[in-house]
Amino acid sequence: MSSPIQEILKSMTPLAPEIIVIAGGLLVLILDFFTDKQYKGYLGWFSLGCLSLAAVASHGMVGTTSSVFSGTFLIDPFSTYFKFVFYSACGLGILVSINYLKDENIYRGEYYALMLFATSGMMLMASAGDLITLYLGLELMALSIYVLAGFMRGSNRSNEAAIKYLLLGAFSSGIMLYGMSLLYGITGTTNLGAILQFLHTADLANPVLMLAMIMLVVSFGFKVAAAPFHMWVPDVYEGAPTSVTAFMSAGPKVAGFAVLLRVFLYALQPLHGQSTAILAGLAVLTMAVGNIMALSQTNIKRMLAYSSIAHAGYALVGLAAGGPDGAASVMLYVCIYALMNMGAFGVVIMLRKAGERGEDISDFAGLGKTNKTAAFLMLIFMFSLTGIPPTAGFIGKFYIFQSAVQSGLVWLAVVGVLLSSISAYFYLRVIMVMYMKEPVGSFEISRAPSLALALAVSASFVLYIGILPSQLLDFAKASIAGLM
Amino acid sequence: MLELIPNQLGYPLLSLLIFIPVIGSFILLFVRNAAAVRWIAVGVAAIDLALCLPLLTGFDTTTANMQFGENLPWITAWGINYKLGVDGISVLFVALSALLTVISIMVSWTAIQDRVREFMIALLFLEAAMIGVFTSLDLFLFYIFWEAMLIPMYLLIGIWGGPNRLYAAIKFFLYTLVGSVLMLIAIMSIYFAAGKTFDVLAIMNHQFTYAFQMLAFAAFFAAFAVKVPMFPVHTWLPDAHVEAPTAGSIILAGILIKMGAYGFLRFSLPFFPDAALAWTPAIMVLSVIAIIYGAYMAFAQTDFKKLIAYSSVSHMGFVTLGIFALNSQGLEGGILQMLNHGVSTGALFLAVGVIYERTHTRVIAEYGGIAARVPVYATFLLIITFSSIGLPGTNGFIGEFAILLGAFLHFKPYAVIASLGIILGAGYMLWLYQRVALGKITNPHNEHLADMNLREVAAALPLVVLVFFIGLYPNAAFQMVHVSASNLLQHVNAKVQHVPAMAQAVGSLLGK
Repeated sequence: MSSPIQEILKSMTPLAPEIIVIAGGLLVLILDFFTDKQYKGYLGWFSLGCLSLAAVASHGMVGTTSSVFSGTFLIDPFSTYFKFVFYSACGLGILVSINYLKDENIYRGEYYALMLFATSGMMLMASAGDLITLYLGLELMALSIYVLAGFMRGSNRSNEAAIKYLLLGAFSSGIMLYGMSLLYGITGTTNLGAILQFLHTADLANPVLMLAMIMLVVSFGFKVAAAPFHMWVPDVYEGAPTSVTAFMSAGPKVAGFAVLLRVFLYALQPLHGQSTAILAGLAVLTMAVGNIMALSQTNIKRMLAYSSIAHAGYALVGLAAGGPDGAASVMLYVCIYALMNMGAFGVVIMLRKAGERGEDISDFAGLGKTNKTAAFLMLIFMFSLTGIPPTAGFIGKFYIFQSAVQSGLVWLAVVGVLLSSISAYFYLRVIMVMYMKEPVGSFEISRAPSLALALAVSASFVLYIGILPSQLLDFAKASIAGLM
Repeated sequence: MLELIPNQLGYPLLSLLIFIPVIGSFILLFVRNAAAVRWIAVGVAAIDLALCLPLLTGFDTTTANMQFGENLPWITAWGINYKLGVDGISVLFVALSALLTVISIMVSWTAIQDRVREFMIALLFLEAAMIGVFTSLDLFLFYIFWEAMLIPMYLLIGIWGGPNRLYAAIKFFLYTLVGSVLMLIAIMSIYFAAGKTFDVLAIMNHQFTYAFQMLAFAAFFAAFAVKVPMFPVHTWLPDAHVEAPTAGSIILAGILIKMGAYGFLRFSLPFFPDAALAWTPAIMVLSVIAIIYGAYMAFAQTDFKKLIAYSSVSHMGFVTLGIFALNSQGLEGGILQMLNHGVSTGALFLAVGVIYERTHTRVIAEYGGIAARVPVYATFLLIITFSSIGLPGTNGFIGEFAILLGAFLHFKPYAVIASLGIILGAGYMLWLYQRVALGKITNPHNEHLADMNLREVAAALPLVVLVFFIGLYPNAAFQMVHVSASNLLQHVNAKVQHVPAMAQAVGSLLGK
């Protein structure tokens, strides 16, 4: 017989990745005291080290399934897959930040700690087997990001972004809690597995159940920036420090989809007939609003904000499709989206050197002449966001729409591809400005090695997955095991 | 049932054809000197062209099966293979792509001075994608190449094009993209309907339901009709042609717009024969409209390039007319005419490029009587004009003759109206030639016009040779096409289950 302490320790091993990330964040806070201002960048590299360590720990768990804390925390292929996406998003987010923070003169060590805390929140969300755990992770993530959004204390826009995000975030959390409490009222449990068990035998026509489901859709819709709950996105994305925007557009959105998948395709699976209609409608609206509003943007961060709304719409198509392929397609898509979007923001950060440069699309004029590498990378990311082969963006969209066709939602796929061809117009406008306009004035761009590394990683990923997607695809398909 | 004959050459010929340009463009990334870039680019394209020799000589004209086959698993989770092969329908276009790429690089030698390296990379990338389109035997692979082609073409028009290039480039991109994504949905639906496969040869043997065929045919039609371009979705073509650099126009007219017709032959007809029959009257009418309308518009043009662009609309009308006549004359004539149009329109755009480089104008009225100053050029233009008109002895005659014969057998009024198009074609082309080359020199700027130099002659010569070779000995081309074309017809006839009410009505009306 082992002692209770040993029992607890044993149950802690599956938590190793989370513990590493949180401990890393705490260590960063402590180390921050002893680090001189010019060396703060090393805290970023230290955080990257923590993430790699956590990735190693997660790597050992690939394909395994276990649960701790009486089923409230699950380690299954599904959550492990998402953890890798979070590591990549956070890692890239740190890489694009290191130099940016110096340029903006906002380099304080808490920044990296908050990134790590936000990441641990996402990991908790992906692993949540219980509504309470889910909410805990969500708030851990959201609180960290509220602070990050307002990290430029001297800037009005940054403060505005933080306040807006906080207010609307709190509002949506309220709705979520209301939905969860209704669900608890009906099912008598907060455990996702138990909810599923209950719904198998329950009366699904119960209007309170519908209400609970709709509230969950609304609040998660807020988190992933689905229309009509997207109003905060452009302002927050524009106002927040660009490095935070990059991270925000990738991490929380992916985490939101992890939760959506877990809740709607697992716990509320018996309700799929009803939720499909809602999710499909939401998808159409989101794709339409994102793509159409992006057409008229002149600020690249706002444009990418609307584009991120549109991409949430594509992922919702996969969610509406449901089934193993629908789930796997969402998983593949959000991973690809996170990396290509980080890449695009990386180029935006690269252009930010002095003052406001790099935020207007017209600032890209002539980049194809003055800085060929940066322009070429942006070209890859823009074509990938459009979904043109041979880039990863095409593979992602292909799988999403294919799973919609498979589920008989051909109309949704048709609407989706048509709305996505609208997006060609605004993505190509960036390329047009870069390659087909003459440069205005001389160009000075950031040549930080950390940023270059981030761009190299995301660009090679986008091309590699575009040409040889099998590995990632198989990994995503294998990872739905815990879900279905 | 068609089969894939594995490649016996000992080296993957089709893959080499696709990837040598890709490797070439990677090499170009590290070359800074513009002269070196040009030589490397033309060298790479020439190697690709040389590889077409074993392709053409090793091609077995007695079988309709897919030759030089390659088949490797690619994305196993979706059952996607890297499957390549050529038959009589595609083999000539692979060779034509390689030839026109070399010519495009040669005509851009001095015309492109800005960002030469990027230009050549785009051209080589484009070549790879074009050959990929013609050799893919997996729908997913095909779609990858089909869409990937948009990237370099968009950049070619948008970066190196004329004054209104931005508009033309995005218009080209959006038109083709919207058509293509609808085809993508159809491809996905086929995947599930045909039992989870993207294999073109397997899908050919699958019998789809009538309703499915009608919808899927419409979606494929959206993609191919834009590409051809058929009336009324042709409006991107004049814009794109006028603004594109010479090389872009040559590729666009020579290869890209053939892909629409190729798509009909490779996918639409064998996959959905019932739908094709049902759609035939509409397509034939649209083809006839395109023939007359394109010719009519060509008369009204004052811009040399725009005139040729509209003549392309008219000529491609003949191609679709021939294909959907659905008899051997029409089909083989259509395929041959695709080749002919690639040769002669490619040459015409080359001619425009040559004169534009000297005069910096494409307005026809700015020329006049230049034959006296540039006899070689005038001769070249005359030969191509005749080829475009379809004078006996040149390539144009054979194709149009066969198409009209096919259309006549199918439904006589089509042939009668379409032959008006030939007369109109002779009209606008000869009038063009007269205004450009004959008479006295009207524009004093042209007094000291320089004739074609050796490089330009070298670029034009292969096309002139092809004009006469196909014109005088059409059998060489027909032989390549014949077995595959008749196999396609047999396949379509064997698979047809519904005879659409419309066709029955027309048939009984004619007493067939």
